[in-house]
Amino acid sequence: MIEIDRITKTYGTVNAVDAVSMTVETGSITVIVGTSGSGKTTLLRMINRLEEPTSGEVRINGKSTSSLKPHLLRRRIGYAIQGHGLFPHHTVARNIGAVPELLKWSRDKINARVDELLALFSMDPAEFRDRFPAELSGGQQQRVGVARALAPRPDLLLMDEPFGALDPIIRTRAQADLRQIQRKLGSTIMLVTHDMEEAISLGDHVAVMDAGKLVQYAPPAEIIARPATDFVANMVGDVERPLRLLSLISVSEIIEPGEAEGEAMPETASLRDALSACLWTGRDALPASRGGKVVGRVTLKAIRARAGAHA
Amino acid sequence: MTGIRTHISPPGLLFAVLGLAALLVPFMTLAANRIVAGDGIVAWRIAGPEITAPGVAAVAMGLAMGLVAGRTRLRFLGAVLGLTGLLWLLSRSAPVLLSQGGEYARVSPAAGFWFLLVIFMLLMADALAALKPGPFMRGIILVAFLFVLVFIFRSGLLSDLSVLQEFSGRRDAFFTEFVRHLGLSFGSLAAAAVIGFPLGILCHHRAALRSATLPVLSFLQTIPSLAMFGLMIPILGWVGNTVPGAQAIGIAGIGFAPAFLALLLYSLLPVVGNTVAGLASTPPAALEAACGMGMTRGQRLLRIELPLGLPIILTGLRIVLVQNIGLAVIAGLIGGGGFGTFVFQGLNQTATDLILLGALPTVVLALAAAILMDIVVELTRQTPEEAA
Amino acid sequence: MKIGLILRPALIALLLALVLRPEWFVPIFAPFAPEGGPVIYQRASMLSLSVSHLAIVALASAAATIVAVTLAILVTRPAGAAFRPLSRTITNMGQTFPPVAVLALAVPALGFGAGPTLVALFLYGLLPIFENAVTALTNLPRATMEAARGIGLSRWQCLMRVELPLALPVTLTGIRLSIVIALGTATIGSTVAARTLGEVIIAGLLTNNTAYVLQGGLIVGLFAVLIYDALVQLELYLLGRMGG
Repeated sequence: MIEIDRITKTYGTVNAVDAVSMTVETGSITVIVGTSGSGKTTLLRMINRLEEPTSGEVRINGKSTSSLKPHLLRRRIGYAIQGHGLFPHHTVARNIGAVPELLKWSRDKINARVDELLALFSMDPAEFRDRFPAELSGGQQQRVGVARALAPRPDLLLMDEPFGALDPIIRTRAQADLRQIQRKLGSTIMLVTHDMEEAISLGDHVAVMDAGKLVQYAPPAEIIARPATDFVANMVGDVERPLRLLSLISVSEIIEPGEAEGEAMPETASLRDALSACLWTGRDALPASRGGKVVGRVTLKAIRARAGAHA
Repeated sequence: MTGIRTHISPPGLLFAVLGLAALLVPFMTLAANRIVAGDGIVAWRIAGPEITAPGVAAVAMGLAMGLVAGRTRLRFLGAVLGLTGLLWLLSRSAPVLLSQGGEYARVSPAAGFWFLLVIFMLLMADALAALKPGPFMRGIILVAFLFVLVFIFRSGLLSDLSVLQEFSGRRDAFFTEFVRHLGLSFGSLAAAAVIGFPLGILCHHRAALRSATLPVLSFLQTIPSLAMFGLMIPILGWVGNTVPGAQAIGIAGIGFAPAFLALLLYSLLPVVGNTVAGLASTPPAALEAACGMGMTRGQRLLRIELPLGLPIILTGLRIVLVQNIGLAVIAGLIGGGGFGTFVFQGLNQTATDLILLGALPTVVLALAAAILMDIVVELTRQTPEEAA
Repeated sequence: MKIGLILRPALIALLLALVLRPEWFVPIFAPFAPEGGPVIYQRASMLSLSVSHLAIVALASAAATIVAVTLAILVTRPAGAAFRPLSRTITNMGQTFPPVAVLALAVPALGFGAGPTLVALFLYGLLPIFENAVTALTNLPRATMEAARGIGLSRWQCLMRVELPLALPVTLTGIRLSIVIALGTATIGSTVAARTLGEVIIAGLLTNNTAYVLQGGLIVGLFAVLIYDALVQLELYLLGRMGG
């Protein structure tokens, strides 16, 4: 558990981060979202003490971060940034093994960990281990950057706009991969972005920052359904709010008994996909399937009711 | 690359035209003694046709082979053939010419020879540049070239030439000054590195120190060498006379110490400046990542900044080495020794051969140092450039 | 640079005094002169030596600039492209030739006097100017060049109105390097009987008169530093105007 307790950073007379408190559950993804200058990056950098807080403190599993020397603290916290920041003169293997090397792991242990991580990120170790960063594609560089941050099995992984330099298609794929790997490893991640779409699709919790203050900290569905301020509502975008909401709810939640015509919708799909299919094929109801077997139906009326419930 | 005309290399054509023109210029000089100016003799008059015909033919053939565009090996061989022709003409005609002159007669290569030498060296360089040899290949070529050079001089082929007569009269002095020259150039380089690297690293970390240091060093670099060497004399003279024990370790107004100090001062800017530039060349994201993963300042310097900046830092050393080999000549004026001793003695006595005895080895030394350092710089670029 | 505002006029004043009124410095230089020997160089006036020194440098540098920039323009045109690798080899290798050695080698070919000095300064001065001009002309912003072609400038107009003005600051850096080297090499030129300020230093070295060495060294050093500074300021001004 990460506890951020009334943390403040003052530059001159300006509070870049103003008494922010929040608690992050172990094994979850928390996305900090805000416009540029909102203090989101400063907040993140105070957690591994790349910035020293003016006041307040951060506790990781109950222990204050100020009790450790900054560089020793940072070796326990993964850090991945925009534009990957790989060392251009080191091979992929040396890049991923950088922190374990600082922690003086044995050579064999480091090699095994490097191969394990490369495989986890679907990169063949034999092929990629000895390449240099300049010989990788943008998406591969980004994956190695995240693998490097995860190498020492950190208590916490901090990510600052990790997908910022990727083009849209690779970006969606990278987000999905991150989500999947996080579920598999059970890592605790705090990620900074300016993109509300990314925040909603990735975060278990979303923290919205504005002018140094934490204006709302809630699960994505609540951010969309009940934005705390006009600023949050603005960031979510009023027009698309119902659709965003539907994209967070799966078909399984509103399956009702009954039959329907046409192709079935898997129960893991989102209500947004179901709505889409209804409109596109001109149907009022779709069969819903679980493991390829039809188990009931989902109706347009139920979808509408679910969307309206939050309005 | 279409048509027949493109098969003539434009630089090759330039070399051929200039080379034929150079054949019309005196090739050798025959002088009655060491001091007087001699008479120039064109290539086909320096000896009988049994010597001149093959020599001139080899030169002409070499120039012709240089004309063929795209055939790099052929052009390279043309340069080798031309150089061989020059060596043949030089070594075979010298005894003939000497026998025609008096007892104190001196034979030396004249403008025509030097022009042709430069032209064939350029042809060779042009052909080699097209071959794009790797660092190891260039190292082998350099060593082979120096080996051939030493072999030619030791074989006695050219011993009738006046420069070599000048050399044989001062063999011991030559090697003493050679060692002195190396001592001045490499010694001041080492001292500059010992002072400059830490200073550069400090400047990298402290902007205030950097903005105070670099302008001062670049002003030092602008001071004309003769003035700098001269100004060291009163300064070191004062140190030698006032600091106890200074004279005992060789610090005095004239000689080795002021020359060494002047070279050291000139060396600081390239060493410090390139160290700062090299360390600053680390991509900011890589540095941010290094910091974020918990590297200490020392680890960042040793593992990231220094290895990434090494090629730029070594380029600074290359500049210093080449510059010092040249500037060390000035030491000859203030009794600091080195090849400059011959150059300035020669200028004083208007003895051309003595000037050449000092100047030519300096040029060869500077060129060899430049090529060698270029190879070292390339070997330290451990990362591939952009993935093409 | 606040220091520059005070230091610059002070150094200029010091230089003018050294050149025009050397006798003022007798008390300062006297301790360095040999017992009873002359303190101030008398065989020629500092002014005439300065003028001759600067004239040699100006003449050689002007000629080198014209020739080097012309050659740089030629090798950066499509027709001259075949000479570019060769020209790079010549500049790389040529700059490893020590300036003193070039001067010394000019003597056997041309004899003593101002001639070999001029030729050596000219030949050596070509290299930095040519190198920088070629670099500048081959690294022009692509978008600007496209725009110049797009609005219908002829090749000549493009060269005169776009390429050369944009290449000016970097070329000027080359000219500055060249002039600084020329000032230094011209000083050594007095060993081959060219009339330059080096004469004062050499006279001091030959007669063990440190006062001469100091006098000549200070004047030459000040000239070099001030000319260097003036050229740097000019470059900064030009770069500033181009928003660089």
